[in-house]
Amino acid sequence: MKPVKAKILLADDDEDDRLFFKDALESLKMDTEVDMVHDGEKLLEYLEDDSNELPHILFLDLNMPCKNGFECLDAIRQSTRLKDMTVAIYSTSGDDRDIETAFVKGANVYIRKPSDFDMLKKTLSEVLNVDWQFRTGGLNKDTFLFSI
Amino acid sequence: MKLYVKYDINLACKVILQEKLEEFGIEYELKELGEVEIRGNLQPDVQKQLEAALERYGIRIVSNHKNTLIEKTKDIIIEMIYEKEKLPNTNISTYLADRLNHSYGYISNLFSEVTYSSIENFIIIQKIERAKQLIIEGELTLTEISYQLNYSSVAHLSNQFKKTTGLTPTAFQRIIKKRAGAR
Repeated sequence: MKPVKAKILLADDDEDDRLFFKDALESLKMDTEVDMVHDGEKLLEYLEDDSNELPHILFLDLNMPCKNGFECLDAIRQSTRLKDMTVAIYSTSGDDRDIETAFVKGANVYIRKPSDFDMLKKTLSEVLNVDWQFRTGGLNKDTFLFSI
Repeated sequence: MKLYVKYDINLACKVILQEKLEEFGIEYELKELGEVEIRGNLQPDVQKQLEAALERYGIRIVSNHKNTLIEKTKDIIIEMIYEKEKLPNTNISTYLADRLNHSYGYISNLFSEVTYSSIENFIIIQKIERAKQLIIEGELTLTEISYQLNYSSVAHLSNQFKKTTGLTPTAFQRIIKKRAGAR
């Protein structure tokens, strides 16, 4: 039972953050494939396009132009096609209210963006591991809440 | 209107399995812990159809010895966590070794090799899942839940909950309630 390649999508408007994320992901000993979009509207276009294979997990920045992360999250959870996708909020905000709002709106994971490269690697590896457990271990996805 | 239901996963799976086996006209005998003895052999196409029919319920046929042992290990752990009376008096490693007829070292290495996670870690994840379920059902207090899941204290449960999910049990409970209210 070798883990299948994890298909990952990152929605973040900050170019440095996107590069940082990609570098960290690629330095992990995990088989991953990552696509990126730069704002909320592009994200929803990507997800609604049937020719794109849905990601296993979406990393979603909260502060983005056009449509912010919360608006995207609402749209995702209202869509029958997208509602089961794992959504990980990926934000600089460590505000308890933001964390709680994200979970209430249906996020599965809340990540406070680490500024340190090794921390980011560790965080991503933990998140992918927990997601893997929930996807394959027969755990109840309705109670998949993980804050890091 | 809302209904709250409780279900017995073991029983549900057993009934589904029986119904499907009968639907395909297979002569069988159910053994302990997910072992099914089939009289004679299954035609490959029948086995394929059976696999497909069971898959929608999340039931998979595992055939090789290693996978079977891993699945049995998982089943015993889940059974222990969900049925308090099944909790052994001895420690878990001795109990697993006795039930599975292999040394704990062998089981533990195999488990890590196949699942990329340790048995200890699997137990923690399952216990926290059970705690989540009991919190949502709302019939027991946290202290009662910690007792039922064999934690030495409610603080121990809270710590492990926080470590595993990043949330305190009370924050978890509040979020689930708000989610239910928002829908």
